[in-house]
Amino acid sequence: MTDFLLELRSEEIPARMQDRAREDLAKQFAAELAKAGLAATELVTYATPRRLALIARGLPTETAAVSEETKGPKASAPPQALEGFLRKTGLTREQLVERDGVLFAVVDKPGRATAGVLAEAIPAMIRAFPWPKAMRWGGASTTMESLRWVRPLQGIVALFGEEIVPVEIAGITSGAATVGHRFHHPGIITIGWADDYVEKLRACHVIVDQAERRQIIALGATMAARKAGLELVQDEGLLTENAGLTEWPVPLLGRFDAAFLSVPPEVIQLTARVNQKYFVCRDADGALADAFVCTANIDAVDGGAKIVEGNRKVLAARLSDAKFFYETDLKVPLEAQAEKLDRIVFHEKLGTVADKVARVAKLARWLVEEGIVSSKPLPFRGGVGGGAVPASDGQIAELPHPNPVAGRSGSQPDLNRAGRGSPATPEGEGLKEELANLAHRAALLCKADLVTGMVGEFPELQGLMGGYYAAAQGEDPRVAAAIRDHYKPVGQGDDVPTDPVTVAVSLADKLDTIAAFFAVGEKPTGSKDPFALRRAALGVISTVLTGNIRFALNDAVAAATWQWPMASVRNPVGRAAERFDELRRLLNPDAKAAETFFRAELEAAAEEVEQDEIKVSERLAKSVVATVDFFADRLKVQQREAGVRHDLIDAVFALGGEDDLVRLLARVHALQKFIGTEDGTNLLAGYKRAANILKKEGVPSSPSPLRGEGRGEGDASTSVPLETAAQPLSPQKALSYTPEPAETALATALDSAEPAATAAIAREDFEAAMAALASLRAPIDTFFETVIVNDPVPEKRTARLALLDRVRAAVHNVADFSRIEG
Amino acid sequence: MLRCAKALPIMTDRPMSFQRMILTLHDYWSDRGCLILQPYDMEMGAGTFHTATTLRALGPKPWNAAFVQPCRRPTDGRYGENPNRLQHYYQYQVILKPSPADLQELYLGSLAAIGIDFTKHDIRFVEDDWESPTLGAWGLGWEVWCDGMEVTQFTYFQQMGGFDMKPVAGELTYGLERLAMYIQDKDSVYDLAFNDAGVTYGEVFHENEVEMSTWNFEVADTDSLFDSFRKHVAECENSLAAGLPIPAYEQAIKASHVFNLLQARGVISVAERQAYMGRVRDLAKGSCQAWIEKHTPAWQEAYPGWTA
Repeated sequence: MTDFLLELRSEEIPARMQDRAREDLAKQFAAELAKAGLAATELVTYATPRRLALIARGLPTETAAVSEETKGPKASAPPQALEGFLRKTGLTREQLVERDGVLFAVVDKPGRATAGVLAEAIPAMIRAFPWPKAMRWGGASTTMESLRWVRPLQGIVALFGEEIVPVEIAGITSGAATVGHRFHHPGIITIGWADDYVEKLRACHVIVDQAERRQIIALGATMAARKAGLELVQDEGLLTENAGLTEWPVPLLGRFDAAFLSVPPEVIQLTARVNQKYFVCRDADGALADAFVCTANIDAVDGGAKIVEGNRKVLAARLSDAKFFYETDLKVPLEAQAEKLDRIVFHEKLGTVADKVARVAKLARWLVEEGIVSSKPLPFRGGVGGGAVPASDGQIAELPHPNPVAGRSGSQPDLNRAGRGSPATPEGEGLKEELANLAHRAALLCKADLVTGMVGEFPELQGLMGGYYAAAQGEDPRVAAAIRDHYKPVGQGDDVPTDPVTVAVSLADKLDTIAAFFAVGEKPTGSKDPFALRRAALGVISTVLTGNIRFALNDAVAAATWQWPMASVRNPVGRAAERFDELRRLLNPDAKAAETFFRAELEAAAEEVEQDEIKVSERLAKSVVATVDFFADRLKVQQREAGVRHDLIDAVFALGGEDDLVRLLARVHALQKFIGTEDGTNLLAGYKRAANILKKEGVPSSPSPLRGEGRGEGDASTSVPLETAAQPLSPQKALSYTPEPAETALATALDSAEPAATAAIAREDFEAAMAALASLRAPIDTFFETVIVNDPVPEKRTARLALLDRVRAAVHNVADFSRIEG
Repeated sequence: MLRCAKALPIMTDRPMSFQRMILTLHDYWSDRGCLILQPYDMEMGAGTFHTATTLRALGPKPWNAAFVQPCRRPTDGRYGENPNRLQHYYQYQVILKPSPADLQELYLGSLAAIGIDFTKHDIRFVEDDWESPTLGAWGLGWEVWCDGMEVTQFTYFQQMGGFDMKPVAGELTYGLERLAMYIQDKDSVYDLAFNDAGVTYGEVFHENEVEMSTWNFEVADTDSLFDSFRKHVAECENSLAAGLPIPAYEQAIKASHVFNLLQARGVISVAERQAYMGRVRDLAKGSCQAWIEKHTPAWQEAYPGWTA
């Protein structure tokens, strides 16, 4: 068994690509070996800025010998057949082996030298290496076919045992020579075999193992901080990055002017981290200290004094820039900054950021005034952010629902009216008004920091800086916090806002973004989501579920959707009127004829605009529906990760009336639990059987109690109530025949299950609703076992179909079981 | 330590002055076969705009040149009040086509030549991919750090004017003021020793920064700037129609600078910005294309099998 060493040396490999490159190298190598039937007992990979290396242990020196046998004709076969076989195999009659009267061609393929396999595999791996970004270089690059590598490739060490595996690619010939540290040991080093690679390089100031370099940095930086009486702020990302930037890491602590500490600590940390890749430290009180830790790549002869001094200067220049921005920004009130937002285009079809702010402010106020966002302490619901909604009893907390299910048709709500949602107490009204004012104020200022110098320099500080500036100008702390946190949650794992002011602004901002882009037809498609609408929707969902915020999504989306576009339609009328005034001013005021002409023009224009308004209304109504569907999709994606079946969400959404996300999930959770039981599985089977029969007989669905309240017209028109169908199937009618016992039993079960389920749903006790349905299971099973639906007697057939229709309707009270898989 | 660092011509205790540093770099690169060119006599935002870089980078003929290029970035002006930011500063440009195999060593040799001691200073190659939307150009490379300070942009051009580089050129862009501040250990650019006879950078350029910042931000007549932008665009197209890529390219550079001035005057909205930049890019790309088309026959004759 022999070990193999491969080192691909190049100019500096970007730090962020090194880990992935090691994985890819191992994967590619294993695949190439597998093609030859080889496998290493152990594969180790290393990466430094200047080299990518692999050691494969325990390779055989040769691939296994293979004996291939090809069956030929019978020994007694005619000579033509034999000749054909000999031609095909290239053998003579004497070389064939006869067994049981049949001829065989046996070809022994000896094993191949592993070194030969490697010599072929290496160039293939190099050419196919999946760098995220690769380049061409040098004289060979006169054609596009020249080798691509992450940066110019400079050398290849390929040793199988102690032998060089001969490889030539892009003018580079493999050998046993490499180089040490760029400055400490720039000369040639000869590697003997795989086992001395790591140690030989270490002797030449190269720590090959990235994990070891990380450790050196982690320990060195921690110790350097401790020596200065400080605590290092741990940063895994920085550790990896610095390990990827050094072959001989030497952490060094430096100090910066404490006067810079007047700048918010996040700014200092960001500047140090992003621009300079420095760690920062905390003092004994946990406050940011005036110190940084940089990681040099050399053991300087002066112990690093010059290096620390140089880095200190660079950081000082950066921090003085940051301080300048911060102090300049502080001099301008956020209101004044916000005025400049009308110069920033939010999106070409959606106006400026100032327009957006106006919409968000209105919507934030509306969310509070409607009672959707309130300052009531929220009951604890297990889990945070992930939407782990139901308490174990499947019942949701008894909060009065702020928007009784009604009138959701995507029509235009009035954002200017006073709230009339929840039952108001005088005291509640006062609180509500205060909350509404705070939310409105925070929303007006929430984007103002976009035009500050600091956010211009560090866009990732948006929100945070606004929060600082707001606090500095004496805004209510809740307003400052809302400005700071309204972008949250930015991704999975990010904090979800819970303070009502923040929640109102955050929801308003995201709902506006989603609704507005949908209204102008800029929806995400496939992998394209340039405006991050999916993330925004997930943010809304997490916030709503975490805060147990009860509202009709449809209403909120409609409120957001209807805000802006009518204004954009009405504007042309206003503009036309202005133009008209302007023209009249320019023309001789006595020119009556001209005035008459222009007035007619204006009226025609107004007429046109009115027509447009109607079209826009229709489009917006559609957009509301599309947006709500989009939320449903996002909810499915989000819940899938929490282990909720998407078909169950579909089944509940299909009812049409359910757009209160909290209640919807409670219902889905209860359903999932129920479907998992034996009763559930059997009821589903019974339901499907009933539904199939009804479908075959062309009996349309009856409206379920909830269905009628759903999305309105759309649903009503697709479901024709049975009563108006050609055959009256009223089950209440006295039967003209003696029913089978199973028929009676099912009818009786329905008589109690239907009202029980309906009542349970009305009080949002979905477990009880499921229990009511479960009571149907046995009667349905017996019904199908003993009763023939398609009885030749028409009355019997009709009555039994009606019974099945009742089953279907009862089940639909809870969910559309036809959407459930399995 | 570094083998190719040659003995310094003058080694005094006093660190190199600004002009001595330039002269040393000239000597260094001249010794290594580079043409030493003079600055392009037009306002430009970076040395890369010099035709010795943009146009000469295209095509198969070897090209090695070094030059100082004054750069103008009107929005970076700080009225001479910021010790690090200038609206006019110098870049030292080296362009080597095809990129030599030992480009990194050559570069480090130049740092050694201007007095950087690798036993005391930490030199690092930190990923920084370069892209110039205005020139339709991109490349891979690094920013070179000296003790945490970016002193050079090191790039292997992959495309210029929208054309693949065949062969690839290596470009080194030294930030001369930064390097000098570093070598001379000064906290303000204005305190730099310009020469060895006591003249500072501030004496040479401070008033220039004050006046030019004022003009860039407050005075420049925007109507006439808009007008010039249009005229340069038209003249570029005119030159292209006449089959003259160099004059066309010069007009593109002028348009680019006028656009920068308009930006500094704050009269171009965010929405318009993209459109203006796209316009300049089209001009620059058109000029590069005209240059390539004009020279391709000769190139193909000298380098059989070469294609754009």
